[in-house]
Amino acid sequence: MVIMKNVRKVYESSDTVALDDVSLTVGDGEFVFLVGPSGSGKTTIMKLITGEVRPTSGTVLVNDFDMSTIRRRKLPKVRRTLGVVFQDYRLIENMNVYDNVAFAMRVVGAAHRDIRTRVPYILELVGLEGREKRMPGELSGGEQQRVAIARALVNSPRMIVADEPTGNLDPVRSLELMLLLEKINEMGTTVLVVTHEKELVNAFSKRVITIDGGKKISDGEEGYYGQ
Amino acid sequence: MRLSRGGYLIREGFRSITTHGFMSFASVTIIMACLIIMGSVSLLSLNIDALIKDLESQNEIVVFVDEAITDEDSARAIGKNIEALENISSVQFVSREDAMKNFMSRYDSSLMEGIDSTVFRHRFVVKLVDIALMSETKMDLESLKGVAKVNAHLDYAQSFVTIRNVVTAVSLVLIVILVFVSFFIMSNTIKLATFGRREEIAIMKMVGATNGFIRLPFVIEGLVLGILGGGLAFLAEWGLYNVVTEKLVSSITGSLIEVVPFRSVALEVFVIFMAVGILVGAFGGVNAIRNYLKV
Repeated sequence: MVIMKNVRKVYESSDTVALDDVSLTVGDGEFVFLVGPSGSGKTTIMKLITGEVRPTSGTVLVNDFDMSTIRRRKLPKVRRTLGVVFQDYRLIENMNVYDNVAFAMRVVGAAHRDIRTRVPYILELVGLEGREKRMPGELSGGEQQRVAIARALVNSPRMIVADEPTGNLDPVRSLELMLLLEKINEMGTTVLVVTHEKELVNAFSKRVITIDGGKKISDGEEGYYGQ
Repeated sequence: MRLSRGGYLIREGFRSITTHGFMSFASVTIIMACLIIMGSVSLLSLNIDALIKDLESQNEIVVFVDEAITDEDSARAIGKNIEALENISSVQFVSREDAMKNFMSRYDSSLMEGIDSTVFRHRFVVKLVDIALMSETKMDLESLKGVAKVNAHLDYAQSFVTIRNVVTAVSLVLIVILVFVSFFIMSNTIKLATFGRREEIAIMKMVGATNGFIRLPFVIEGLVLGILGGGLAFLAEWGLYNVVTEKLVSSITGSLIEVVPFRSVALEVFVIFMAVGILVGAFGGVNAIRNYLKV
């Protein structure tokens, strides 16, 4: 769950107001698109959720952690309740598919036995069975993003946050990936997808929050991302 | 930390050395090169110091016994008083007969025809612990009862002291500069080696890795590279030192020079090289990734 209340974010280095008095809530089990043009403040919201930046004022609660006041050493705890997916996949190039996913479990101290049973299950869930030994460079963009989703999912996070997950994919792969995220949401995980791809958003009847110029413009169930 | 997790992190540290082979090689090479340069300058300075000390020890003072004391036993007795003084390394009695024999062996013996040994005085050849204090020791010797004259080459002694001080100062400055330069080069090489892995660290942070979890493989990797660099530098320094000193000793000018054997300083060199290697490796690794952990 994410609760943002009157959040303002100013990047002091450039004196840029990225967000201005933004309030929004993403409840447990929801599937939400966060949309808006480039530079609208979407990525700042994502960074506030993952704890990469702190709000200048206002409150950001993520899975019961107050991100405005949280100590740096507590951040790993919050991040373990999140699964983060990036546009550029961010896989570790010298690890194979299995290890890229298992790695996320090792980070949280999972036992070998659990890793051995959980990783193949997740890889099957995202449609990557049989690809365990492949290196990221040997996979297509869509497959690499599936590995990233598997890594995000493997620790059973309460929420998946995907920042432009289809940005590097063709329309067919993008749709497949979105269907996979929908399936994950149906299994009980909250999903927040940051995107600016109108066609994709409008193909799904999901809640859409629109951000522009650092302000929340609209928030609607079964929303539409228009002009 | 669970044992299995600790084992995994240690394995990761070792694995990283092979997967980032070129950067590991560069780090070890730089650590080696810096240590060899530092070690060579230190060993050179050690040898110069030993050489000067050796030359200093050959600088003698001659103490002439009062000519009124003709009896050898009485003259010898003064030796006890000389030995009791500070800064005295050794005292050797030379009787007037021996002094005459020495003189005759060095000069034309015909000069001494018809002259007996009574023209010579009994004397002592005295060596000092520290020739920098030669002037004070000379005064102490002159104040002794039964001592007529003291011959000391104060100007030579002063020259040796000046040379020794200059060599010590230059060596120290050089070593300090080299230590700083080496640490700078080594830490930058390690920074460069970890730069390519900032993305990997960012991913680890995003999946919830603690800083300790991220650091440990880097510490292990740095330790291993540091130990490798230190150990290889020690072996290379040993070989290099032996080759250079053998050539020096076998050369004409070098035949008079006695070099410090490497074995006599091997333990110190080994300990210092390993300590520097470990420190630079482990702390360099941790320091290099510090900025990447702030996400």
